[in-house]
Amino acid sequence: MRNYFLIFLLAPLLGFSQEIIEGQVIDGSTENEGLVGANVYWMDSQIGTITTHEGRFTIPASETFNRLIISYVGFQSDTLSVQDLKAIKHVLRPNNELDEVVVQQEREAVQKTYFSAQNVVNINSAELLKAACCNLSESFETNPAIDVNFSDALTGTKQIQMLGLTSPYLLITQENIPMVRGASQAFGLTFTPGTWVESIQITKGAGSVVNGYESISGQINAELVKPLTDKSLFVNGYFNRNGRMELNTHLNHKINDKWSSGLYIHGNARTQKEDNNDDGFLDAPLANQINIMNRWQYQNAETGWVSFLNFRFLNDEKQVGQVAFDPDDANAIRGFGDTTAFNGNEIWGSEIATRRFDASLKLGYVFPELPYQSMGFQTSYSTHDQESYFGIRRYDINHESVYSNLIFNSIIGDTQNKFKTGLTFAFDGYEELVNTTDFSRDDASIGAFFEYSFEDLEKLSLTAGLRVDSHNRLGTFVTPRFHMRYTPWERGSLRASFGRGKRAANIFAENQQLFATARQIQILDGDGSVYGLDPEDAWNYGVSFLQGFTFLNRPGNLSVDFYKTNFKNQIVVDWENPRAISFYNLDGNSAASSFQIEVNHQVMPRLELRMAYKYYDVHTDYRSGSLQKPLNAQNRFFANLGYSTTVTEKGGQWKFDYTIHNLGKQRLPNTEVNPPEFRLGEYANGYSLMNAQVTKVFSEKFEIYVGGENLSNYRQNSPVLGANDPFGSNFDTSIVFAPIMGRMYYAGFRYKLN
Amino acid sequence: MKNKIIVLLFTLFATITFAQEKNKKITMEVDGKCDMCKERIEKAALGVKGVKYALWDIPSHQLSLIMDERKTDVMIVKTALVEAGHDTKELKATEEAYTAVHPCCKYREDNTDDSIKH
Repeated sequence: MRNYFLIFLLAPLLGFSQEIIEGQVIDGSTENEGLVGANVYWMDSQIGTITTHEGRFTIPASETFNRLIISYVGFQSDTLSVQDLKAIKHVLRPNNELDEVVVQQEREAVQKTYFSAQNVVNINSAELLKAACCNLSESFETNPAIDVNFSDALTGTKQIQMLGLTSPYLLITQENIPMVRGASQAFGLTFTPGTWVESIQITKGAGSVVNGYESISGQINAELVKPLTDKSLFVNGYFNRNGRMELNTHLNHKINDKWSSGLYIHGNARTQKEDNNDDGFLDAPLANQINIMNRWQYQNAETGWVSFLNFRFLNDEKQVGQVAFDPDDANAIRGFGDTTAFNGNEIWGSEIATRRFDASLKLGYVFPELPYQSMGFQTSYSTHDQESYFGIRRYDINHESVYSNLIFNSIIGDTQNKFKTGLTFAFDGYEELVNTTDFSRDDASIGAFFEYSFEDLEKLSLTAGLRVDSHNRLGTFVTPRFHMRYTPWERGSLRASFGRGKRAANIFAENQQLFATARQIQILDGDGSVYGLDPEDAWNYGVSFLQGFTFLNRPGNLSVDFYKTNFKNQIVVDWENPRAISFYNLDGNSAASSFQIEVNHQVMPRLELRMAYKYYDVHTDYRSGSLQKPLNAQNRFFANLGYSTTVTEKGGQWKFDYTIHNLGKQRLPNTEVNPPEFRLGEYANGYSLMNAQVTKVFSEKFEIYVGGENLSNYRQNSPVLGANDPFGSNFDTSIVFAPIMGRMYYAGFRYKLN
Repeated sequence: MKNKIIVLLFTLFATITFAQEKNKKITMEVDGKCDMCKERIEKAALGVKGVKYALWDIPSHQLSLIMDERKTDVMIVKTALVEAGHDTKELKATEEAYTAVHPCCKYREDNTDDSIKH
């Protein structure tokens, strides 16, 4: 636009006053051929041109400038004194020395990243170390974008939540391959050891279309450590006061310039029985896990190929339930039995055994001549086999999954306009047994996507994506997603997004806590394609604003965001009748709104403060009326303080970290029809949780840490309803709103060798 | 006859692609000193129709370009750069254009790499 304006301004000048000099540059080595591509310009001016066919050029004459320079790579430059508008014919003499060398630049390891259009929070490795324990589900304690809830009173599993919605509404990927989904929804996050994680990217809101249509409230991507960049040897040991032990070993080896390989072994165990609240139930499971991953990394800078090949095997066993439970005992009830014939000596217990195998391949090709053009192919296979029982209930699920995604990246015109396009194929085979009912099914889908992004390098960037998928149960549907960022002033960033998500709810795998209750399982609709229910379908809208500032000469930032998810259909999980759990299609409204304000500031040199306040309004039209989501604190406050001393010459350092979570009151599922002793009231009181950790880094090689969780020792009094009669009708372990475990201390070490 | 035309066409295309590459890689020196300069230089270069990719390296002052030679040439890019206030080997920015750049970008006075500060 500005250029046109300039032309308009200059047009009269060109027409009346400006004259033109014509000329020809001759190649001195041939004596008569024109030299194409030579520079012709006025010395110290803004006016220049390049010779075209036969070495001809025209250049505007100028009154200010009269020394015309003619130059060309491999030729001696000449400066001509020009006094009039005569045509010029000039011979350039070859030069044996090159005066301008065309440098073949090596490709940048990191492509320039502009301010993203999406609201992405990156958790780097330093941040991950703030909460030393233990796996991906516990990596979010120091970050306010994610809320961590307790899933049940038995397994100690933490369930994550974003924008007021639980993890099934998030797309959780590992290096951009969908990971925690289907059968692994309940425990999947605990199957990625913390030390394997290099960084985590949290995208609030709709997310990109590239990785699929399933994400509704956001995306979480975990990048794992890579054989090429990880330490050649890494050992981490951890143990805590209530008997949990973990050992992580990484072995990385660079085979040659192009190949590196890594072996990552994780083992954890808890063998000690803990029952501090004396309800006769274990506060935390007896557990053991072995988790082995082998990665192969290939990188060839000359040809532009990069590749990753991964294999992972996992075996996880948990035992929960009554302290006296021993699976080999004659009175142990293991997944079946007729309660009417029980004599009262039966012992309630549960075992959950999971075996999983993963294999994935990533292939990437960057066109060596075109750094902005690349192609990627990802494919993965996994089989997830869970066998479990909960008292008299049985739940087995085997989920076999194949996922492939082909992506092509390039530009339209220039790098301000980029696009990604590609194809996705996914297959999920479920063999699922709930007590004696077989719910097996196969899902398959194929889809194509196109995502355009624009970046004006200054104020505006936007991403608009669209995908079309055809799924045997969800039908054929379109998923649009849109993100925009605008910088109104320095260090300010305004973002907006909207997008659609659609998914098939795996009602049992996602709500496994229902099995450890006496509740009757009810599916109240029968015409849909998934368990008789319809697919879930939602739109997410969001706005956020980020402002950087300098206060007391130290940097900080303030961010405010608001997101809303509107469900067109949702599988309502209704806990409001204490005798039953019901699943049905949404009839009416269901929406989750979230508001968050966050401040980060270096309050003193080397002392970082992060504070956040969050408000949620998550209401759903149940059959019994519109209610707030149960077991969800509407008001939450969070603060984290981190202090580190300066690094000594030897690499030594102290690091201190303190986190407080303050949760407001939580609505409890309706228990009014229970006998008085099992009524819980309408709300659970608010409370605070505090964690702290101290790390002493001795050198680059060795560090130790000690820490404490739940320092204020806040516990839920009787997390297991009907604990005295676990086979009775009031038994319920699903209503958990506070920690089961009291104050807990832990210690660990890290040893690294380059 | 038909074959001759095809051969002729091929030769013609070959000549054209030889002379004017669709994805021509070029590296040139452009004066500047900081991240702000980098943004301005890359934006100015990408503002020229036919320039597909621009990356300016702060320490070496090298601007790497990929451009469609059928649509533009180096001198047009340099004209755009001096218009934005950044000197090239051949063309120099006017005093007005240079004065207009942010004070931290005054590379003529002090042509060091101070990207850390910005």
